[in-house]
Amino acid sequence: MKLLIKGGRVIDPANNIDGVYDVFVEDGKIAAVAPHDPTLTPTLYPSGHKSLRERGEREVIDATGKIVVPGLIDIHVHLREPGYEWKETIKTGTAAAVAGGFTSVVCMANTSPVNDEPSVTEYILKKAREEGSCNVFPIGAISKGLQGEVLANIGELKEAGCIAVSDDGRPVMNADLMRRALEYASGFGLTVISHAEDLTLARGGAMNEGVTATRLGLKGIPNAAEDVMVARDIALAELTGARLHIAHVSTKGAVRIVRNAKARGTKVTAETAPHYFTLTEEAVDGYNTSAKMSPPLRTKEDVDAIKEGLRDGTLDCIATDHAPHDPDSKDVEFPSAANGIVGLETSLPLTLRLVEEGVLTLSQAIERMTVNPAKALGLNKGTLSVGSDADIAVIDLDDEWIVEPLKLRSKSRNTPFAGWKMKGRAVVTLVGGKRVL
Amino acid sequence: MGLSKKDILDIESLSSDEIRLILEAAESFKEVLGRDIKKVPTLRGKTVINLFFEASTRTRTSFEIAAKRLSADTINISASASSVQKGETLSDTVRNIEAMNSDVIIIRHPASGAPHFIAKRLSASVINAGDGSHEHPSQALLDLMTIKEKKGKIEGLKVAVIGDIAHSRVARSNIHGLTKMGAKVVLYGPKTLIPKGIDRIRDEGGRMKDEVKKGSDSSLIPHPSSLSVASSMEEALSDADVIMMLRIQLERQGQSLFPSVREYSRFFGLNGRNISLAKEDAVIMHPGPMNRGVEISSDVADGPRSVILDQVNNGIAVRMALLYLLAGGHKDAIAH
Repeated sequence: MKLLIKGGRVIDPANNIDGVYDVFVEDGKIAAVAPHDPTLTPTLYPSGHKSLRERGEREVIDATGKIVVPGLIDIHVHLREPGYEWKETIKTGTAAAVAGGFTSVVCMANTSPVNDEPSVTEYILKKAREEGSCNVFPIGAISKGLQGEVLANIGELKEAGCIAVSDDGRPVMNADLMRRALEYASGFGLTVISHAEDLTLARGGAMNEGVTATRLGLKGIPNAAEDVMVARDIALAELTGARLHIAHVSTKGAVRIVRNAKARGTKVTAETAPHYFTLTEEAVDGYNTSAKMSPPLRTKEDVDAIKEGLRDGTLDCIATDHAPHDPDSKDVEFPSAANGIVGLETSLPLTLRLVEEGVLTLSQAIERMTVNPAKALGLNKGTLSVGSDADIAVIDLDDEWIVEPLKLRSKSRNTPFAGWKMKGRAVVTLVGGKRVL
Repeated sequence: MGLSKKDILDIESLSSDEIRLILEAAESFKEVLGRDIKKVPTLRGKTVINLFFEASTRTRTSFEIAAKRLSADTINISASASSVQKGETLSDTVRNIEAMNSDVIIIRHPASGAPHFIAKRLSASVINAGDGSHEHPSQALLDLMTIKEKKGKIEGLKVAVIGDIAHSRVARSNIHGLTKMGAKVVLYGPKTLIPKGIDRIRDEGGRMKDEVKKGSDSSLIPHPSSLSVASSMEEALSDADVIMMLRIQLERQGQSLFPSVREYSRFFGLNGRNISLAKEDAVIMHPGPMNRGVEISSDVADGPRSVILDQVNNGIAVRMALLYLLAGGHKDAIAH
């Protein structure tokens, strides 16, 4: 099976490519990326032409006027399977992913049962092979049952296919356990992902601590709850020499602490989510549970710091923290509502707003959604290098659309962006050379 | 003039004109309550539900009496006896109650925003009788009524609100109500109980600007400096016209918000000595229930300046006014 993506603007940050190229795909791999030659290929055969496929000849996708990038990689999603299939399944979650231009998703361990045993990892991978639309890489638990007490069988989890460990959703409050997790996981070449939040400071808060929380009479979570935990985990990464990745950075202080650590040469990477550079705590006004998340939406000052952190590379990557919830979990009084929003289908256009605003160049935006997240977790993905898997997204930067929750492919519709006007959308997604969108 | 609102959810969303209307109606009802026959037929045939998810004696009884004086049928439902413990959602509980043709649902709930949540889902009127740490609008209205009654006005007065501001829905409602009516509000308490940004809740999100733009009562639009946090008990009390002491929840001792009751009463309590810092004719208020000897000493609570029982008394008139106005009543039509 051969495929040609013709005449698009190819942006491959890992290889410093940004120009009009033709991308040749053979047997699921990138065969060549060559300067566009309009005379090279017959344009007569429309994409998907059956007889062509049968004869094993080249299928052509005309990408003129579009951008062609390595398939996007989201290293922070909750696919909810096993255990919460009414919120999302591997099938629906990966369908949402490919609709958003993603070709690889990394799924968190807070399923039911928790992904703290190889059998759970194997189940996820089996379901992904059978029903998934894109690559699925599971994250194993740091501690058994996410209880923060004893280490999970991290070696066996890796053997079964986990690519990192995290108790995401629950911070590891015991500093000694976190230290041991970093040490032990590093022996298996695994990065530890920290959900950085000091629960004693968070005190069961429902939103950011500040004027809005005070006015609404809601318990607040101070920025310091995140900052002290980021500082602690960086100190532990320095103590152990292990690789640490900070999930969903939301505060100005955390950006500063990560920046300083990187300057010292600490092996730390960090991600933020589109909502943390798009929304502030004011989105919660009116007790809007679609704007309830963990960590909470912060202030304009934090949003500005997050953007600066993305620009200067302190924040390596953008990950969605895609957290599907059914209406019954959100349609309740605010303090009882579940945390989180779906993100896979809105991440790309929200990130492209940063390009429009001049915060990031287009190439930087793509880098932070492809090769950087891959590097953070040691995935051999995120480039269009010859020989690599043909995971590719073709994006129409000018496609304007409105977010209609009922049209999302995710099983859940909990988004604070309902009705928002977006610009930019994936029009073709290929996973291993196979067209999935 | 009537009130064109379905619900009374908070003071924040009431205009100063609406507050004035409610207070005037309450004053008329107070006159009714002074008669031999204290009952009027205004809400005959209407059903008023008291839906309380938190314990309450004063507020629930007050609403119940108010509804009965207006000839409404009243039903009390408390959370301990309700289906909530069987796992029913708040949304389902209130839909069921509405399906029994209730006209007004009075709700107290531990979650801030719970009344707003149900008001969006019901066509019945909803009155917030206290939601979490958010608001307690009828309490602020009865406080305003009491202040106006005792001091002849609200505008220009210095009102000291002292105690657990962080967890107090009474404080938030009074902050909105008092500043809208032109009073100067000074807050004080242990730093651990003064929430971040409390002095800015009136001007957040351009709310004050919007009110100015609307042009209504521009003279009564509060200036940001009309709400401040004092740095000492002395500063809070000096020259105060009104002192509003808040109840301290004793169970908060375990949360390191203050070290002990003894220390709290020494530094944050109102007593026979520090009361002299306030104006000589200052009135003392407390929403109840009081912790005698903690936030307020008995000699002050029972002293000549205390208007605590007047507050309770006015509560019925204010709640009659709310029920009456929500049912579409006009101020001028109250039976004289």
